[in-house]
Amino acid sequence: MDLGLVLSTLDATLRLSTPLLLACLAGLYSERAGVFDIGLEGKMLASAFAAAAVAAVTANVWLGLLAGLAVSITTAGLQGAAAITLRGNQLIAGVAINMLAAGLTTFLGIQWFGQGGRTPQLPVSGRFQNIDLPFANELAGVPVVGQIYSELISGHNILVYIAFLAVPITWWVLYRTRFGLRLRAVGENPKAVDTAGISVTRLRYQAVLITGFLCGLAGAFFSIAQGSGFGNNMTAGKGFIALAALIFAKWKPVPAMFTCLLFGFLDALQIRLQGTSIFGVGVPVQAIQALPYILTVILLAGFIGKAVGPKAGGVAYTKER
Amino acid sequence: MSSAILKPLPRWADVVLLPILNLALAFIVSGLVVLAIGQDPLAALNAIVTGAFGNGYNFGYTLYYSTNFMFTGLAVAVAAHAGLFNIGGNGQAYIAGLGVIAVALPLQFLPWWITFPIAIVAGAAVGGLWGFIPGWLQAKRGSHVVITTIMFNFIAAAIMVYMVVNVLKPAGILAPESAMIAPEGRMPKLGAFIPWFKNTDVNFTLVLALVCLVGAYILIWHTRFGFAMRALGQNPTATRYAGMSNSRIIMIVMTMSGALAGMVAVNQVVGVQYRLVLDYVADAGFVGIAVALMGRNHPVGILLAAVLFGALYQGGNELQYVIPGLSKEMVVVIQALVILFTGAMEGLFRPGLQRIFMTLSPQQKAGAIEANSVKSGS
Repeated sequence: MDLGLVLSTLDATLRLSTPLLLACLAGLYSERAGVFDIGLEGKMLASAFAAAAVAAVTANVWLGLLAGLAVSITTAGLQGAAAITLRGNQLIAGVAINMLAAGLTTFLGIQWFGQGGRTPQLPVSGRFQNIDLPFANELAGVPVVGQIYSELISGHNILVYIAFLAVPITWWVLYRTRFGLRLRAVGENPKAVDTAGISVTRLRYQAVLITGFLCGLAGAFFSIAQGSGFGNNMTAGKGFIALAALIFAKWKPVPAMFTCLLFGFLDALQIRLQGTSIFGVGVPVQAIQALPYILTVILLAGFIGKAVGPKAGGVAYTKER
Repeated sequence: MSSAILKPLPRWADVVLLPILNLALAFIVSGLVVLAIGQDPLAALNAIVTGAFGNGYNFGYTLYYSTNFMFTGLAVAVAAHAGLFNIGGNGQAYIAGLGVIAVALPLQFLPWWITFPIAIVAGAAVGGLWGFIPGWLQAKRGSHVVITTIMFNFIAAAIMVYMVVNVLKPAGILAPESAMIAPEGRMPKLGAFIPWFKNTDVNFTLVLALVCLVGAYILIWHTRFGFAMRALGQNPTATRYAGMSNSRIIMIVMTMSGALAGMVAVNQVVGVQYRLVLDYVADAGFVGIAVALMGRNHPVGILLAAVLFGALYQGGNELQYVIPGLSKEMVVVIQALVILFTGAMEGLFRPGLQRIFMTLSPQQKAGAIEANSVKSGS
């Protein structure tokens, strides 16, 4: 394999891992606060639709992004109301959100745009364009380092950079701020947090809304950055891969990034390998597609390492009176 | 007073009133969505009801969908009684198709009443295996059954695409599907016995679904194992102290749950499609969650809820022809709202209802009067 091929595969890896990473970090906030979220997929899908719909009508990518964020955060709020205030089953809330998003996006899409659920093709101003970092063109001639800079690091849309920037920020928030300490504490032992006079409900809502925000970015990435318009079920199970990545990364931000890169790489590899063979043996693409899920099952079962989630995860907190 | 201990609802309110209120709320919210996009919700409802029950043809299709939902609803309910949330009905129903087609094709020239029981066993075995593995992983390795079953849905989907495209697809056929089953090996349609149903997809598998409902009732409430699994669902510590093997119960329950979901494959492969196609489950596994929640995990409730959702699916199909612009995805929205309100937002109505019932109950009234008189006396 020559460097160009490697670079283009890695370039695709960065692009494919971006929504995974955003959704994975989204899930991290919520689950670290003790709210299981299997509704990442639904929030992304809702955001992808809202972003594309608004961007298509206004031809303004930023308004599209705002709409995506607003819808995703609202959905997260609804899920929060069910899981936190009404102390309902968090898993069932997630299932409902996924289904609601799948149904409503298609239904409204058909109704509004009449293209079988697709939104119209977005104009240039309705999409995030790729950004050339400074000196990318000048350095392209420099062997290896310059090539890596200009082909791999430069030339992505802004959401890609935001996603990878969100990793150190999340790390800092989680491990170096008072909010992060409380967030982690509320996922492990909400009673202790409550005893310290801090509102468990408030903290969990904050976490869930951050989840909504990040899912909103992830969803917008699908429809107004990577693609140019919304298509039915365009998130295609990526929310569940993100969930798998979250478990695989043991609910930690930096490992989350590497896991998402790995899963993104598998995806890129799978696209590249369509119809080819490695070492003369045809590897079915389905095997590579299923690999993230299989790895997660194996890890979760403790056959390679052990993934133990936040202790208070999935349990609604009832304040004693 | 908010600090007062609320008494549990009377049984009829819990199993009848609450689901109806939640369903009504789901319909009202969906109606508002329809209204918001400038359509008439009542006309839509009318189209759905007519499309589902209007004549034997429509009702036949309603029952065909209901058959699938009875299986997946039972799959969720059986697991729920043991305190397990089987979200993997989709994958179990899907992969079971491999078992069904593996026996249906070689035996296709035998009469259907020989193929049928063998197909049931094969479907149950493969679907059951797909439930057993997550159950085993939860029981022995401590991995959460919800996450594992989600992952298993995707793994099943990948395996099925591979198997259908690379293994089962006969040469010379472009569409990704297996060879057709000969007419002898196909399940008779109910229209063959009851002409009213005409040539609709509802087939003999419906009888199997009804048998499963009765069987589940007996299993859950009238057997020693049923007692053990309900006890596990209520209090795993207690069952362990009582000397039951929790991990054994979990594994058996998940296997049964997967086997029940696998019966969808029997309905689809030998009852309707007569071949193995891709994505024939069409999220029936998720509908099963709504069915089990609505039906309060009771076979009678599941029967009614499965017919309700079957009607919604069939009516939703007709809806788009009656009112252009209203697509069948409306039904997915209603279903999602039912899951949201009955499953995740149960707290919406329950405390209020409990308060109403407390103030209405005679003892409570007497207590309140007494409390009042004491207060006025002092």
